Amino acid sequence: MSALLVAPVVWPLATAAILVLLQGRLPIQRTLSTASAAVQLALAAVLLARVATQGILVVQFGGWDAPFGISFVADHLSAVMVLVNGIMGTAVAVYALRDLDADRERLGYHPMFHVLLAGVNGAFLTGDLFNLYVWFELLLIASFVLLTLGNRREQLEGGIKYVAANLVASMLLLTGIGLLYGATGTLNMADLALKLPLVPDGLATTLAMIFLVAFGIKAAIFPLFFWLPASYHTPPVAISALFGGMLTKVGVYALLRGFTLLFVADVALTHGLLAWIAGITMVVGVLGAAAQTEFRKILSFHIVSQIGYMVMGLAFFTPLGLGGAVFYMVHNIFAKANLFLIAGIARWYAGSFELKKLGGLYRHRPLLAVLFVIAAFSLAGFPPLSGFWAKLVVIRAGFEVQAWPLVAVSLSVGLLTLYSMTKIWLAAFWSPAPAGVELRAGPAPALLYAPVVALALLTLAMGFASAPFFALAERIGAELTDPTGYVRAVLGEAAAAAFVAQGGAR
Amino acid sequence: MKSLILRTTTRPIIVVLLLISIFLLLRGHDLPGGGFIGGLVAAAAAALYAIAFGADAAARLLRVRPELLVGWGMAATVVAGLLGMLAGREFLTGLWWVIAVGDQELKLSTPLLFDVGVYLVVVGVILRFVLSLEER
Repeated sequence: MSALLVAPVVWPLATAAILVLLQGRLPIQRTLSTASAAVQLALAAVLLARVATQGILVVQFGGWDAPFGISFVADHLSAVMVLVNGIMGTAVAVYALRDLDADRERLGYHPMFHVLLAGVNGAFLTGDLFNLYVWFELLLIASFVLLTLGNRREQLEGGIKYVAANLVASMLLLTGIGLLYGATGTLNMADLALKLPLVPDGLATTLAMIFLVAFGIKAAIFPLFFWLPASYHTPPVAISALFGGMLTKVGVYALLRGFTLLFVADVALTHGLLAWIAGITMVVGVLGAAAQTEFRKILSFHIVSQIGYMVMGLAFFTPLGLGGAVFYMVHNIFAKANLFLIAGIARWYAGSFELKKLGGLYRHRPLLAVLFVIAAFSLAGFPPLSGFWAKLVVIRAGFEVQAWPLVAVSLSVGLLTLYSMTKIWLAAFWSPAPAGVELRAGPAPALLYAPVVALALLTLAMGFASAPFFALAERIGAELTDPTGYVRAVLGEAAAAAFVAQGGAR
Repeated sequence: MKSLILRTTTRPIIVVLLLISIFLLLRGHDLPGGGFIGGLVAAAAAALYAIAFGADAAARLLRVRPELLVGWGMAATVVAGLLGMLAGREFLTGLWWVIAVGDQELKLSTPLLFDVGVYLVVVGVILRFVLSLEER
């Protein structure tokens, strides 16, 4: 059991070590990298199955019991996120086989890719706040290398903004962790859930705000999102897709964990603020996207907009809202990453990401058009695709708590999302190719299509056979709302009883 | 940099720095020190050599490419964690082997292997930076 829980981190790190030693031998690196990503996916699936049957799993590193050692905790949320990371890792690894140039591979793309996967998995699984910071740093360093690999001018420009914003977030996070340790004497998250209620209210709220800003920068919420649209469109598509799908969601995950397990002393204040942030993030992101005319830039702004929906679910702080936020997050990772991958195929045919220089793809490649429609209309929330159910759950959670203004905002943002997606559809697919643009005769390599088709099928499955996904989301919502089970799994029965006695159970 | 003073002083200083780096690495488990700081000191020694004698000479002295040090270092840390699991304990559990050498005892352990891994990674990464910058 212990092996299964550390595997999502150890496996990619071991792979990265071997890939570094194989540096320069591209064919072996490619094979190993892709195969390892697939194995990681399989391991993640086994982990989720185990969590689903046995409940929350815990490992104490080095045999030092919590709260003194570092705990790895897999509840349903963590296990689902690790599985999603496995799916995205495999999809991108396959896509990169045809998308990435040999120069970037020689510069160390493959090992860094696996370090990134390890960092993301570590952030999802850790039950220790300082350890979370370490995984954040690991994935930040790996992502910085991947973002600037190739040294193009625009990449470096985007990379500087990305790193500057994220280093500020890391510093804030470290500051917050230091203060939290000073106030409570522990950094184990389950232990913090027990001890934070004893901290004076003012200090607890200050700490909550520091963490809100730190996680918020990483999740790209308003007004801390500027770095995302400035950088995510600059690297090759395979890397953009992984970033756009996965990376900001690590920040959202941290918000979800932090503001359900730790900072719940003054819900009216913290989650009220989150509701405002959610609404403004949605609107600003979608308006930013409406002004863009570059395929990947439109998508980048939509990432920001959709983070708003996830934060909205968190802000409601009900089982339905939290489950909805997670459902939305998973749907969004698949759909968003897929749109990036489709943008890459569109460029393979037409040679550009600029909507002005794209066109005629529907007549040229109907299959690609269908795949685009699935992902894009799912993103816009068209029934019966996955995005519709995702929005429906979050909005229904809004009905329950009667947050009418936020519900209204989210509905109109949905329409504006549709506008952006229609804009891409009209320009790139429906209208004829502009003069001077010669569409490359196809078909594009099957390895580019395979991950796109797989992700589209997942989007369809979440739409047409949504029952199991809902059941899982419901369970996650319940687990997040009442963290007693989390505390029990990490610290044992006595601590759980103390937690309930404190009124921590909800 | 062709400076007679720098080149002459570099040779003895490097020996001292490398000895200190190994000293720091070995005492790191219970006392201040460890793989990270030891690796930095060793990298500083190599960087000094690269400044005094040029990047090519430093690369020749090192014999292996810095990337390989990173790879082997990462592998060593992962193995150090897995050995605990092979012994039927939790991941990263420290295993100790105490060997009597005369009237002293020599303590070998998986934390030491972990620290050696960190040491190699730090030396490899810093040297990659330094050599790349010196080559410009």
